[in-house]
Amino acid sequence: MKFGVVISEGPYTHQASDSAFNFVKAAIANGHEVPRIFFYHDGVNVGTRLSVPPQDERNIQKQWTEIADENCIDLVICIAAAQRRGMLDENEANRQGKDANNIAEGFRISGLGQLIEMGIQSDRLITFGD
Amino acid sequence: MENDAKRFLYVNRKAPYGTIYALESLEVVLIGAAFEQNVSLAFLDDGVFQLTKGQDTQGIGVKNFSPTYRALGDYDVNKLYVEKESLEERGLSVDDLQEITYEDEDDDWEEKPSINIVSRSEMADIMANQDVVLSF
Repeated sequence: MKFGVVISEGPYTHQASDSAFNFVKAAIANGHEVPRIFFYHDGVNVGTRLSVPPQDERNIQKQWTEIADENCIDLVICIAAAQRRGMLDENEANRQGKDANNIAEGFRISGLGQLIEMGIQSDRLITFGD
Repeated sequence: MENDAKRFLYVNRKAPYGTIYALESLEVVLIGAAFEQNVSLAFLDDGVFQLTKGQDTQGIGVKNFSPTYRALGDYDVNKLYVEKESLEERGLSVDDLQEITYEDEDDDWEEKPSINIVSRSEMADIMANQDVVLSF
């Protein structure tokens, strides 16, 4: 089965991205496909490469970067939600005249159309949030 | 509308202000309209407050986005289901909601109401009948 996954709460504050990670790992282990994850609302904050959690804690961003790399998962951060929350890739930082960017490897910024497209193309769409 | 269009339901459960969910839900609906899917919106729990008329956000310094709901008809989004019990539990009735209409292209562009008041059990049927449910 082809799953689309939405993450709509921020990392560490909320369990949503952890539960989504466990779900995706289990789905892939059972032979399912997860072509794309869409990060929305505070979920966009998962994709910052500047988070520095304590060493004895999980690193949520790294977990996603690694599982995406191993399984060719498209990690999409919503641009509208990202801009509100200070999440910028290099292009956007230049375009908005900002002096830094913070998107982690394996993530990309794109539009809400990617969420709708994921809903159309998936057999099931599952949201991890409140 | 294409025959292979999917049925999308946007479920709105939260008050319009206090959190960003209602606004960012509306942003998905507006973008999603370009994809020519079969779109419905559900309003239940505190989500029914999103459609109330006379919203004034001056005191909280947040943009009042409630006029946008009246534009949904122009995006071919014209199925807004509001749960009757959620209204009643909050002392609201349909008279407290904005008038939201659309022009029916199959009926000589007659102006028709977009808001449908449905019971909790009807809402369950509406949800069960969807391909994609996005909850906010």
